[in-house]
Amino acid sequence: MNRFIPPSLTKAMPQLLSLAVILFCNYLAFPGFFDIRFQDGRFFGSVIDVLNRGAPVVILAIGMTAVIATKGVDLSVGAVMAVSGAVAATLAVHGYPLPVIVIAALGVGLVCGLWNGLLIAFFDLQPIIATLILMVAGRGIAQLITEGSIVTFTDPGLIFFGTGAFLGFPMPVILAAILGVAAILLVRRTALGLLIEAIGVNRSASTFSGINSRLILLLVYGFSGLCAGLAGIIAAADIRGADANNAGLWLELDAILAVVIGGTSLLGGRFSILMSILGAIIIQAMNTGILISGFPPEYNLILKAAVIIMILLAQSASASGLGIFLKRELKPAKIERQEIRP
Amino acid sequence: MNTRLLPFYATLLICVLLYAACVIQFPNMLSTRVLGNLLTDNAFLGIAAVGMTFVIISGGIDLSVGSVIAFTGVLIAVLVTQHDVHPLAAFAIALVFATLFGAAMGAIIHYLDVPAFIVTLAGMFLARGLCFVLTTQSIPINHPFYTTLQGLYWRLPGGGRLTLVGGLMLAVFAAGIIIAHFTRFGSYIYAIGGNRTSAELMGVPVGRTTIGIYALSGFLAALSGIVFSLYTSAGYSLSAVGVELDTIAAVVIGGTLLTGGVGYVAGTFFGILIQGIIQTYIVFDGTLSSWWTKIVVGILLFAFIALQRVLVFLSERRVTERSMARSTG
Repeated sequence: MNRFIPPSLTKAMPQLLSLAVILFCNYLAFPGFFDIRFQDGRFFGSVIDVLNRGAPVVILAIGMTAVIATKGVDLSVGAVMAVSGAVAATLAVHGYPLPVIVIAALGVGLVCGLWNGLLIAFFDLQPIIATLILMVAGRGIAQLITEGSIVTFTDPGLIFFGTGAFLGFPMPVILAAILGVAAILLVRRTALGLLIEAIGVNRSASTFSGINSRLILLLVYGFSGLCAGLAGIIAAADIRGADANNAGLWLELDAILAVVIGGTSLLGGRFSILMSILGAIIIQAMNTGILISGFPPEYNLILKAAVIIMILLAQSASASGLGIFLKRELKPAKIERQEIRP
Repeated sequence: MNTRLLPFYATLLICVLLYAACVIQFPNMLSTRVLGNLLTDNAFLGIAAVGMTFVIISGGIDLSVGSVIAFTGVLIAVLVTQHDVHPLAAFAIALVFATLFGAAMGAIIHYLDVPAFIVTLAGMFLARGLCFVLTTQSIPINHPFYTTLQGLYWRLPGGGRLTLVGGLMLAVFAAGIIIAHFTRFGSYIYAIGGNRTSAELMGVPVGRTTIGIYALSGFLAALSGIVFSLYTSAGYSLSAVGVELDTIAAVVIGGTLLTGGVGYVAGTFFGILIQGIIQTYIVFDGTLSSWWTKIVVGILLFAFIALQRVLVFLSERRVTERSMARSTG
């Protein structure tokens, strides 16, 4: 079985259907929703805007998917975004060259992620607690770096990450797409994805069967931190400044929500990065739809809550084993065995 | 010595040492005025933290408290200023609503068997969204009854003031200790947190207790919202953002195990005081920025979790050694 083939269409049906419904609602609310025009060397349009605005959450969701597949959760990504944005902005203000800035900001994200991984893999802390530490302290550290103010910069190279365009598409979209493809190739072309799922299903069993669970957990959290670092650079470049208080605020929740909408269970095991990306796009399509329909944005959160509750109901109805999508939710371990077959 | 009590003693010791260190640097901190303010300023946090302690002892988590606090504040402000409802009636409405809200979350967690984390996350979005729907503005409350309540205090020796809200927090902590250690409901909570399956087999009504725990957390969050609205004299939909994290931090620093089953309401009280003392120190110092609070709280969180891990590790090793000694002997 070729593992690179994205999850079959039947499995993705509920998500694709909800995206179609949301897009159709957007179209009804705003007939020009699907209009795309080419101007100044790049595409413009509401659909492009959905992708562009959704890029940071997509990037976070890619890292979060791997984390959740190991039966963990990373609450610190929002705070790590603030830290990496603060590092990027501060270095840019001091006139460092672009490669140094990017590597430093990504490196800080990676270090934050590895710190989480260290606590979880080697000190056996619960993921929710271990990442809570950085979630609380991270914004403090970011403010320490920016010295409590909003650092604005004018480095054109760095700003390009947020508002530039490549091949007609906004830079954040390109970056998210590259990261997504790379991550999917990495987990599905190698055994890594399988090992991650094995740890999520049963960590001690995986360790006994010879998987280096600790190393993989460390890498997974490091990867999540790296993703958060990249998202932080984009968020900072987008507003041309680092706001330690608000950069990435509550995005960890959006990322978790995207993964859950994508059908990856919070109890670990089977995961799909592509579906999480789809989940993130669904969330953003909803946000954009509410904005352009002239609906008060106040209803955004209520709608989000309603969506989560509906998904919860759908996942719990799986207990009775109805439907293909629901069955998959019911018996992740069983599917797992089928997946391993050549 | 009971190793389960060690984290609590450690919290107590750190709280006293921290206060002593502050007093050495700023002798003025040793006054009942500072103590009174410490209680008043952290009253809303403390009341919400009592609810969170119960939730965490039961092995769950409640991310919705901050939003419920904000919603209560906004609801009361709207009812009092726009609909001429007496504050007491508004308080009652808010308490009933939040209790039902919590109970509904508990019911979803138990009957649909969904992780508490994701259910209360939905609750957090829902409550915050309801705030925005009610109003996006900050509504000041200028009701004579509010002025009366805010003016109530008991003068401590030395000029300090134990305000109504500070006293209410102490009362809630006292009630929390009684519920946790002297009622059947309290034992049920510890039993579920220790091991849900065995609790169920022993005949603990898991469903009713789970609903009760989250209803209690909702009720206390609303009470905390009332205190917050008395403290700020306003209702604002963006207030109390992130309070759930502060309360979780206080609970963990107070020695409650996040895996459930072990914890003390009194420990949470000192967890709140530690956070309050750090903040007061920063105010007294004047040169440090407020974000140092976050960093220090993060470091303390780490220290306490590390301490708990060491204790759990030691006690597990002792158990295995004992059982090995028994099997060989």
